[in-house]
Amino acid sequence: MNISLSITKTIHEWLFSIMSETAASITEMILIATVYLAVFAVFGLYLVLLERKVAAWFQLRLGPNRVGFKGLFQTMADALKLVSKELTGTVKADKFLYNLAPYFVIVSALMALAVFPFTQEFQAFDINIGIFFLIAISSIGVIGILMGGWASNNKFALIGAMRSGVQTISYELSVGLSLLTMVLITGSLQLSEIVEVQKSGWLIIQGHIPAIIAFMVYMIAGTAETNRAPFDMVEAESELGAGFHTEYSGMKFAYFFLAEFINMFIIAAIATTIFFGAWLSPFGITESIPWLGVFWFLGKTLVIVFLMMWFRWTFPRLRVDQLLTLEWKYLLPINLVNIVIMAFVVWQNLIIQL
Amino acid sequence: MPLRKKMEPKTVNNNFKSEEYFINMGPQHPATHGVLRLLLTIDGEIIKKVEPDLGYIHRSIEKMCERDSYQQIVHLTDRMDYLSSHINNEAVCLTVENALQLEVPERVKVIRTIIGELTRIASHCLWWGVMGMDVGALTTYFYGFRDREMINDIFEETCGARLTMNYNIPGGVMYDIHPNFIQRTKDFVKHFKTKIPEYDRLLTGNVIFQKRMKGVGILSKEDAISFGASGPVGRGSGYSCDVRKHHPYSALDKVTFNESLKTAGDSLARYEVRIMEMWESLSIIEQLIDNIPEGDYKVATNAVIKLPKGEYYQKVETARGELGVYMVSTGTKNPYRVKFRSPGLSNISLLNHIAVGGKIGDLVATMATLDIVVPDIDR
Repeated sequence: MNISLSITKTIHEWLFSIMSETAASITEMILIATVYLAVFAVFGLYLVLLERKVAAWFQLRLGPNRVGFKGLFQTMADALKLVSKELTGTVKADKFLYNLAPYFVIVSALMALAVFPFTQEFQAFDINIGIFFLIAISSIGVIGILMGGWASNNKFALIGAMRSGVQTISYELSVGLSLLTMVLITGSLQLSEIVEVQKSGWLIIQGHIPAIIAFMVYMIAGTAETNRAPFDMVEAESELGAGFHTEYSGMKFAYFFLAEFINMFIIAAIATTIFFGAWLSPFGITESIPWLGVFWFLGKTLVIVFLMMWFRWTFPRLRVDQLLTLEWKYLLPINLVNIVIMAFVVWQNLIIQL
Repeated sequence: MPLRKKMEPKTVNNNFKSEEYFINMGPQHPATHGVLRLLLTIDGEIIKKVEPDLGYIHRSIEKMCERDSYQQIVHLTDRMDYLSSHINNEAVCLTVENALQLEVPERVKVIRTIIGELTRIASHCLWWGVMGMDVGALTTYFYGFRDREMINDIFEETCGARLTMNYNIPGGVMYDIHPNFIQRTKDFVKHFKTKIPEYDRLLTGNVIFQKRMKGVGILSKEDAISFGASGPVGRGSGYSCDVRKHHPYSALDKVTFNESLKTAGDSLARYEVRIMEMWESLSIIEQLIDNIPEGDYKVATNAVIKLPKGEYYQKVETARGELGVYMVSTGTKNPYRVKFRSPGLSNISLLNHIAVGGKIGDLVATMATLDIVVPDIDR
């Protein structure tokens, strides 16, 4: 199997030295899953805090600043509150689907995290179809949204879910095609190899014009994928109240909420990996201090996350038909032409190698 | 009419197509700005019919007026269109003063006009913020409120209240203006002149916003007149209906200003009319603030005002349009009948006319450009 699980070499070798291969693999999987779950649940909470602080900054406010030092524990307190809340539901809801929906959303969000190369040694799941895996996993989430909206027995939730289905299916094409454009340079879908290629310059520099176009298309489509403003048709609080999660409360709502922020992180992390050299430092000192890679990866990702927050807090929302017009009449043709341009660039070897 | 009776005939309607469904927007819905209930007939996302269901915040203000003295009526009008409470108060005071043939001092007229225009700007600031929020740009809300807050601070100093001001009384105003009033108003005008361009940069010029607004919710001039549209809604359709221009009251005959008119009749036109109105209000304030005449701030009236027998009508331009006050007096200390012609009610009546055929998002955006205040509709 081409699956190598290694959080760090030392733990990996130590585990395999003290028990049988099967037991060690299982232990390692559970260990990695627990660590990822714990780290990213907390990370998601801090993304919520970051969003609130960024929003406050855009909106002439202070943002949360009471719980903990400068409000650092605000979202923790919110999560605690949500855990302790009653789980309410509608009378004629389809109970099975209603309860299942939040798990679809959160599980698909967390699964996608497995393949990111945070640094050279720190990649849980380095498969040879990494990008394909990411695209495939991120499209499972929409099933959860559709299920939640359908099972809630609420028309507003249903409209939100219908919009979500339409939107995610449309914009997945652009996400996939813009990533495919970049794969033309790397010649591999494996994320570790994509990073390896970028040691001679980030792909956005190597691929110059078509890469920049692909990045722009990716950012638009990626923002739409995560159902965030200006593409937040799914929630559209001034139109639908809260959209598909109108009838969810307590922890089930929290799963939807957390998944939205983890999805935002995933979209930014894909952009970092494909366009901006993942854990590679811009000054070439990563090789000597390997753990610095995590810093670079998160740094670049958070810059893109900030960009997405910037979109959200300054743009008005599109209308549902304009949303589809943008995708099918503009982004998709641009993308297809862009792939041809990129193919030409690769064929004529016009790639800029540093 | 009870809710259930009203709903039932529609669900058994034979002409009802299977694809269409009802949705109940409100009375607790963020886009209806209060307790307005809209019965929507929707086909997928497309609006087939909009039926506003009113009455959720009806407080019988007109009936209460029959019970109260003329001084007390002024305070009730605060609670109609609470965003232009000063102008509502002014309408009642002008009616009473006209009936008594009472000539108020020049100082009062100028003060009333300045505060009225400040109220209009404050109301438009709030509308602009909420307008942005309705089309999904949440940040505008806080920008609008930042500038509205400055106006509210000026009001607080002079009138003692920030929303329901109660500053007008028949015969003048309740107190003289605060010594800081002139300086703070000048500061505000200077500040706000730099902020309207900021509004334009943040929202008006945005390509998504333009696409959402242009050609949506079109209201022709003929329809505007026949539905009784007034204020920015009417003027967005090219219907010249500014009461301040056609029937000047208070000190409005002493100032020069342009009536903001747009002919397109779509949501964007109504939006632009309000932005232009903010500029015009600033210019009116600038013309008056430097020469507020000296003199009394009120003339003495009898403790119990009795209007001569007859019918009286006065209209003013509030931030939302034409507010008419119709009073019938039989010579007692209470009016026999009071009728308010509120701009909100006639503006909401054309919602079905302009929203049908659009998407749900269009309905919300169109409703925001009508700038409804529900207590003004219901009274």
